[in-house]
Amino acid sequence: MSDHATMQAIARLVPEGSRVLDLGCGDGALLDLLQRERGCSGYGIELADANVLACVRRGVNVIQLNLDEGLAMFGDNSFDVVLQIDTLQHLRNAEVMLRETARVGQSGIVAFPNFAHWPNRLSVLRGRMPVTRRLPYQWYDTPNIRVGTYKDFEALAQKNRLRILDAFGLQEGQAVRFLPNALAGTAVFHFERSA
Amino acid sequence: MSFIATPQSMHFAEALRLQSGASIRDYTLAYETYGELNAARDNAVLVCHALNASHHVAGMYEGQPKSEGWWDNMIGPGKPLDTNRFFVIGINNLGSCFGSTGPMHKHPDTGEVYGADFPVVTVEDWVNAQALLLDRLGVAQLAAVMGGSLGGMQALSWTLQYPERVRHAVVVASAPNLTAENIAFNEVARRAIVTDPDFHGGHFYRHDVIPQRGLRIARMIGHITYLSDDVMNEKFGRQLREGMDLKYSTQDIEFQIESYLRYQGDKFSEYFDANTYLLITRALDYFDPARRHGGNLAQALAVARAKFLLVSFSTDWRFSPQRSREIVQALLENRRDVSYAEIDAPHGHDAFLLDDARYMGVVRSYFDSISKELQGGQP
Repeated sequence: MSDHATMQAIARLVPEGSRVLDLGCGDGALLDLLQRERGCSGYGIELADANVLACVRRGVNVIQLNLDEGLAMFGDNSFDVVLQIDTLQHLRNAEVMLRETARVGQSGIVAFPNFAHWPNRLSVLRGRMPVTRRLPYQWYDTPNIRVGTYKDFEALAQKNRLRILDAFGLQEGQAVRFLPNALAGTAVFHFERSA
Repeated sequence: MSFIATPQSMHFAEALRLQSGASIRDYTLAYETYGELNAARDNAVLVCHALNASHHVAGMYEGQPKSEGWWDNMIGPGKPLDTNRFFVIGINNLGSCFGSTGPMHKHPDTGEVYGADFPVVTVEDWVNAQALLLDRLGVAQLAAVMGGSLGGMQALSWTLQYPERVRHAVVVASAPNLTAENIAFNEVARRAIVTDPDFHGGHFYRHDVIPQRGLRIARMIGHITYLSDDVMNEKFGRQLREGMDLKYSTQDIEFQIESYLRYQGDKFSEYFDANTYLLITRALDYFDPARRHGGNLAQALAVARAKFLLVSFSTDWRFSPQRSREIVQALLENRRDVSYAEIDAPHGHDAFLLDDARYMGVVRSYFDSISKELQGGQP
């Protein structure tokens, strides 16, 4: 997910000058990009020591927190945009965090591996869990505790009364707007709370 | 082997008005500096000390092996706070017993040793005194102020008392105030000292005695709270002193932990001043910047302009991660730049003085980015 074209595609969704909270910010590359190229400010949340260190090294604000403990530290609407880029699949409380994302941010952007991408379907049809560039792990050692599809997320968003501002797939850094559930390895949703 | 450090001192004739309303004049501050103040005078870092430490932050004294400063693993040439790049200043606080004017010195009016009459000093008073010393050194603005525990409180207070003079604050294993439990521990320590028959109401110097029993117990209880259950079990467990069976005694030293605590207490009682202990624990109790804002820490921190790095340690129960998170949250509410690392370390509060690659790495990287910022590049 750290490839440049994909990061650029996500960054384009973030309005210039936004205050951003990046949940599971990794090494801080996306926040760094948003700060340098789009005049954004904000914080990353990370659990892994090595990633916290990488963020401090880059000069990106980072708060070391376990997202499974929630976002109690952050007030309602305290950010313009809350990002969950390749984070959802690691969360035990994915639905709670989705609601928290919508509470803390004016808008939220979620991106995650789309399990319904056709090579994954093909693999399952053959009787085996997929191992691909996007989902590179064997089923027994994957850090992804959730697998979901583009369509699954649409349903979850609806259940939580989120208004989808934009949604598309990403494949090789390119937006996929035709049959994204089948043709894209990554699902991207930009949403806000319904009034 | 560390580098050679040289203690210095500076005299201040003019009265310093204290938070209590009292004032102190004709006082001396002991300090040390390492590295060079650059031409732009913008690379100074003030390091604030905690309860039983001093201005001797790093380096060692000429001809004195094992005299390394208390944060020598953190500060020095090539260390995380690199004295090849930064001009580092350590100042001994007023009321201490390591060189700056304290209760064992003479009151300029009476010529008598202060003893119990030494004025109560607060974190804010210390910061004001430090600022005067920085004025004389020609340091108008600090690249950073840094401290652990009570030192972290001073670092935080700097950003509130002199917001324009601090670019960065590094606050390690600290808290926005002490909890009741924490004040309680301080009170037990103080009672141990005050009830020692050799204390003489704080004027023990006149009697040529030292309330060593009280100091020992104060240190023992303090020391317990600086460690974690895990590290104590790992270090001592239920071990008895070498080769001994149970002695069925009630007063002998039987367990290793007893022996260790007594040793720590003895050592401490030989060099620490009883009145200083009372003064410094009181300063800890009093520190509470939110107090004037109805307990609202975010409001109290609204004046801060510095960028912050906070670090806490998972097993520190005296200054727990939760307390650091409160500071982080208050800074977030004020939209200040802040990073926070919560280091999973087994050593309790003491961890802030120990080597841990993750902790050292984060502090090093933070100072690297300050250094880049000073050179004009964005961090």
